[in-house]
Parts: sequence; C-alpha cells; structure tokens
Amino acid sequence: MATSMHSPIPPVIEAPRSAPGRPRRGRTNTELYAWLFMRVSGIVLVVLVLGHLFIMNILDGGVQRINFAFVAGRWASPFWQVWDLLMLWLAMLHGTNGLRTIINDYTRRDGTRLALKGLLYTATTITIALGTLVIFTFDPKI
Amino acid sequence: MSSVAPSAPTNAKKRPAGTLYRGREGMWSWVAHRITGVLTFFFLFAHVLDTALVRVSPESYDKVIDTYKNPFVNLMEIGLVGAVLYHALNGLRIIAVDFWSKGARYQRQLLWAIVFVWVVVMVPGAFFMLKHSFDVMFGSK
Repeated sequence: MATSMHSPIPPVIEAPRSAPGRPRRGRTNTELYAWLFMRVSGIVLVVLVLGHLFIMNILDGGVQRINFAFVAGRWASPFWQVWDLLMLWLAMLHGTNGLRTIINDYTRRDGTRLALKGLLYTATTITIALGTLVIFTFDPKI
Repeated sequence: MSSVAPSAPTNAKKRPAGTLYRGREGMWSWVAHRITGVLTFFFLFAHVLDTALVRVSPESYDKVIDTYKNPFVNLMEIGLVGAVLYHALNGLRIIAVDFWSKGARYQRQLLWAIVFVWVVVMVPGAFFMLKHSFDVMFGSK
C-alpha cells in the first residue's frame, strides 16, 4: 500500500469483491441479475420518469393544472395507463433493490438487516399492489 | 475493468497513497447517487398513496393535490426534480463506465458533463416551475 512519497507509480488497488479462500455461496447469479436489472430498468425509467416530471411539473402550467379531472382525462387513454403502470413497477423495484443494497452495506447485525429488509419488502409489496389496483379499477364517474 | 490505472495525480505529494478514488469526483458522485435515490424512493411511497385517493373521491384527491400547489411545497418539488435529474444523468454515466471501454478512464469528465447538462436543464425548468408561485406571491395574479 505505502508507495514512496515521490514515486510516480500509482498505488496498487486490489480488485473489488475478491474473497480469496472463501467458497462461492450458491450456484445462482441473483446479484448479477439484480445488477443488470438496475441498468436496464434505469434506462427505461430515464424516459418514463423524466417524461412524467416534464408533463406534470413543467408543461402547460405544471402542477397547477392537475386535479381529478386531469387524471381522469389521462387514464382514459391506455397509453398513459401502461406508462404509469410500467413506471410504478419499475420505479418501485429499482428503488427497492437500491435500498436493499444500502441496507446490506450499512447494517452490522443480522437481526437489524433482516428486520429492515422485511419492512422494505412489506412496504414495497403493499405499495405496488395498491398502485396497480388504483390504475386498473379507476372510475372517472366515482 | 482492465488494468488501466488513472493517470497519477500531479500533486501526489500532498495526498497519501490510495486516494485516487476516495474524496474525489468518483466518490462524491456515488454519495450523491445514494442520497438522491433514497430521497426519491421515499417520496415515491407518499406519491403512490396520494394518487390512490382518486379511488376514494375527487374531493379528497383534489385536496391533497392542492398541497403540491403551495409555493413552499413548490420549492421542494424543484428539489425533487433536481434529485431525480441528477440520479438519471449519473445513472447513465454509471452505465457508460460499466459498458463503454473508455468509460472508467473518462469518469471524471463524464461527471462534469452531466453536471453541465443538469444546470442547463434545471435553470429553465426551475423558472417554469416557480412561475405560478411568483405570480401568486408578488401579485400579478
């Protein structure tokens, strides 16, 4: 680690996540798929979420024009229903996996980690279910 | 990643060894990515709940949406848009670092590029988002 103060040679940095001597825990590639999901969902969310923010907050008067009638007008179109449904699922799963990573990084006790993840997955399940239900059962003549 | 080491810093004398990443653009962009991601995710829970009120009654939905139109909450919305925009742009930078052969070498330049894009988008964006609040507070409406 300690290079000479005047040496132009950059310090040697170990390859990340190398665990010499520790056997692989399982045969699955869950973490690889989670990593890939963050990139793929991220690219889709750039379009869906930035489009959503632009339409809702900036375009044509922004948030001031939003009310029940505005929502009813949008969800009359299957295009916006699919947009919002896809955005809900991808954003929730992307955020859940992000927070899962953060919990794994910072919790030190197994009990804390388990409790926080349990809370996270419960909140995610309820929120995705509620949002999906609202989009599918929306009634403009309520 | 390949064994290409970032160019040795010219003022290496002032810094201890092993801080090519720590404390520089690479680290702070990562810190900001975590913070903006968590903030956005927590807002998302609240936002799904407030939108769910369309299933209760038009009145209850309109009432909760009125809070978004308050000038102070309006400022927080600019914070939210800024956070999401940073997270989106830096996410694209991360993808470039992971998949573009020269991404890791240019990660610092990529960060300053997305910061530039962020400013260019946020200045007019914040203007249009604040327009109504200004009109209400300073009397032209």
